[in-house]
Amino acid sequence: MSLRRYHAARWDEPLIHQIGASGRRGQHFPLTNSEGLVPAGLQRTSPPDLPELSEPEVLNHFLRLSQETMGMIGVSLFGTCTMKYNPRVGEQAARRLAGVHPAQPAETMQGLLAAVHGLDLMLRGLSGMDRFTFQAAGGADAAWTQAVITRAFHAARGQGQQRTKIITSLQSHPCNPATAATAGFEVITLPLGENGYPSLDMLKAALGPDTAALMINNPDDMGVYNPEIMEWVRLVKQAGALAFYDHANFNGVMTKIRARDLGFDACMFMLHKTFGVSKGGGGPAVGAYGCTAELAPFMPGPLVVEDSGAYRLETPPQQAAKVREYLGNLQQVFKAYAWTRAMGAEGLAEASDLSVLLNNYMEKRLLTLRGVTRSHAEQTSPRLEMTRYSLGTLFEDTGVSAVDVQNRMADFGIDAFWLSHEPWIVPQPFTPEAGEMWSREDIDYWIDVLAHVINEAYRDPDVVRSAPHNQVVAKLSDRDINDPGNWATTWAAWQRKMA
Amino acid sequence: MAQSRAHPFMPNSAAAGKAALLGELGLTGTEPLFAQIPAAHRLQALPDLPPALTSEVELSRHLNALLDRNRPAGDGLSFLGGGIWQHHVPAVVDEIVGRAEFLTPVWGTPSSDFGRNQVWWEFTSQLGALLGMELVGLPVYSWGAAAGHAFRMAARLTGRTRIILPAAISPERLAVITGYAHSADPAMRLELVAAPCDAAGRLDLAAVAALADANTAAIYYENPAYLGGLETGAAELAAIAARAGAETIAGIDPLSLGVIAPPGELGVDIAVGTIQTLGVHMHAGGGLGGFIATRDEARYAAEYPTLLNSLTTTVDGQLAFGLMLFHQSSYGSRELGKDWTGNSTYLWAVAAATYMALLGPAGFAEIGHLILARTRFAAETLAGLPGVKVAGTGGQFRELLLDFSASGRSVAAINRALLDRHGIFGGIEITPNRALFAFTECHSEADIMALADALREVLS
Repeated sequence: MSLRRYHAARWDEPLIHQIGASGRRGQHFPLTNSEGLVPAGLQRTSPPDLPELSEPEVLNHFLRLSQETMGMIGVSLFGTCTMKYNPRVGEQAARRLAGVHPAQPAETMQGLLAAVHGLDLMLRGLSGMDRFTFQAAGGADAAWTQAVITRAFHAARGQGQQRTKIITSLQSHPCNPATAATAGFEVITLPLGENGYPSLDMLKAALGPDTAALMINNPDDMGVYNPEIMEWVRLVKQAGALAFYDHANFNGVMTKIRARDLGFDACMFMLHKTFGVSKGGGGPAVGAYGCTAELAPFMPGPLVVEDSGAYRLETPPQQAAKVREYLGNLQQVFKAYAWTRAMGAEGLAEASDLSVLLNNYMEKRLLTLRGVTRSHAEQTSPRLEMTRYSLGTLFEDTGVSAVDVQNRMADFGIDAFWLSHEPWIVPQPFTPEAGEMWSREDIDYWIDVLAHVINEAYRDPDVVRSAPHNQVVAKLSDRDINDPGNWATTWAAWQRKMA
Repeated sequence: MAQSRAHPFMPNSAAAGKAALLGELGLTGTEPLFAQIPAAHRLQALPDLPPALTSEVELSRHLNALLDRNRPAGDGLSFLGGGIWQHHVPAVVDEIVGRAEFLTPVWGTPSSDFGRNQVWWEFTSQLGALLGMELVGLPVYSWGAAAGHAFRMAARLTGRTRIILPAAISPERLAVITGYAHSADPAMRLELVAAPCDAAGRLDLAAVAALADANTAAIYYENPAYLGGLETGAAELAAIAARAGAETIAGIDPLSLGVIAPPGELGVDIAVGTIQTLGVHMHAGGGLGGFIATRDEARYAAEYPTLLNSLTTTVDGQLAFGLMLFHQSSYGSRELGKDWTGNSTYLWAVAAATYMALLGPAGFAEIGHLILARTRFAAETLAGLPGVKVAGTGGQFRELLLDFSASGRSVAAINRALLDRHGIFGGIEITPNRALFAFTECHSEADIMALADALREVLS
């Protein structure tokens, strides 16, 4: 396959503070007299240093910046984030929620609440849980929800002082240990065994009367499924702790397994990953958190309740704390409802099948490439929707790193692959996730580009190390922006430091 | 035979193509690919979900039928506020946030994400200019999340645990803050101490001074206050905090900063607040976003939980953008990082950057004056109604606490009648007899007079 002669748009668009001219206006508001309405000492005495631009200049500036962003117009297999088609019908319909205020009476948003409740019911079906809340504004916020509920649950049973530790694994997403620590728990991180998951013995050694919860993903970001997970959950619950399933990697197991059937007390789905909601470059997002009836009284409310076709809001009696104001990012919940209705159970099963099939198809081709290896050689069963690879051999042979390869692939319209969460357990990791949205031709193109870049690395490594060449800008310099004298998050700081 | 058709969202669901892919792996079905999952873990039948609506025409009709059952407050006359407000969203903002390049991706390389990173930087730059603060993080979930993180930053900076905050605070925001302040470890718990406020939500300065002890990590105030009052004690609160060795944290609506003195000039150490008012629709609560900003000092920078997007250079000397202090985030250091971060509200940074560029200094001044004037007009108009008292006075921005005690009618009954008889969404109930009404640039004087007429009828 010949590679695309892609080149990113390059507008050399100045910073917003560098354009415009004094006196230009982008918006008018009715003129009024407000003299004397700001109390003494609180008036702004000098105008903010904002650019002065007309409306078309603003539009064109940001349109050019959008063109200087590859986005999903290129091919992105950014692993762990489940790059997915966001149906425009859902995006379009959800605009009709723009003017809804969350404190409106429930009777004036029955359609929205019906969709929220409808998605709740569908997620119950997919997880076996008894109830979902959509308040969490992302996956990490859903992990925070779990930490907060864990705190409240044990406190209500008089075990708050005793249960001080949360167990997770080295392969869990960083939000699990980080939210646990923020909630005041001590974190125990289990290392991985040779099969790619921690052993039962490691878990047993960590469990005790001080265990508050287990927070674990499965499969992990390497596509490895812990076959002992039911025994894990049994032991955790036997110890009096809660078992939380981080279902970030649900895409490969939709309709195949259910968190509740495995014994878990709670789980979370990421609607902006698995359920077709636009990612927005990092939110607004939704971590849908579901749990058993035993934990439901501690959920952050209000929750939507249906009474013979009418929907109302109800706050759980022992609500731990809210994790976000109001009910969460409901326009995104509505989009997830739309996506899930478009898929149906058969569509979800098909999406899982395809995401796993495409990952294994990719793997077969990728492992033929020089310098590419796979994590955990002992784990010979097919990986699920992701595989963790290493470019360690390529790096040793050529000095070309995984980041260099990312940069060079971007020259051909392929956006970054995911490397790995910290800590890296293989050298120069990379983690593509094929998902179900990309055609076989897209996937083949992705692999062809990687093959081309690897050939370049062996033939002429400087071409790769100095990449990108066809992008908006060249690669970053090694300027130390962790130095307070160099960093600048604002125009004012930049000007002061450059002076 | 719907199942024999390829699904529109899934190119490889076409039967022949799928069979060919399976053939590449020597398979005729996908089941062997799930060999890692023990049979006992497997669900035996598909979950019972509603039938799929794979045709867009059917799905669209279903979705719109649901949406027809909503009555968005913003489509009519509404005075709801209290933490999320109906402000005008310029058409250009809607176009930019709807661009697929910003709407659907998550993360690329510094070069392929260049345009978006520039927008993010223009968000922090312009917000910093409004705030008078030089260090601004990428957005967090909400004002409540921002305040919660800021309180934890102050506790780490000072080694203290008491946070003094106004008793008059949004209950939604406080419920979020409470979660951030609590800890499973008693030694790490933040003590939230509510200081008394006047009817406009302004803090009682003497009470705050008395509460500010040697364990006080921060004094937090809001400007404008929850009940609409402009915080005339802002400078004095910073002085009290400084004397106590505590941090001054201010909760700010940046939309007010064309006319109100910025926190950077009022001795504030950490500013937090909302970005929803900067060009984001309410979205049933999904329009929220928050920010954290400080002076550009290493000791503050070292406590940010957010990602920080810095200007830097490329190898050939062009300006570019990179993440600074990444190692201190939870992505970099897991449980040893500063609180946590993850997906946030980054699309709203795009909205806010566009909005701030459209308004410029003159637009922010005009909208600030307009909201002040509308609020005053409302105060004057409504104060004349029998049974209505405007509780907060003396410098109000956008919101007024209306006291209906003298009418003998409850807020619930009044709001019910306003909606049923006049199609008006009344204010947020604060107590059974008091409600918070919001007045923005979206209201004309005629709208406010319509509210007055409706209230006169309802209260008669």
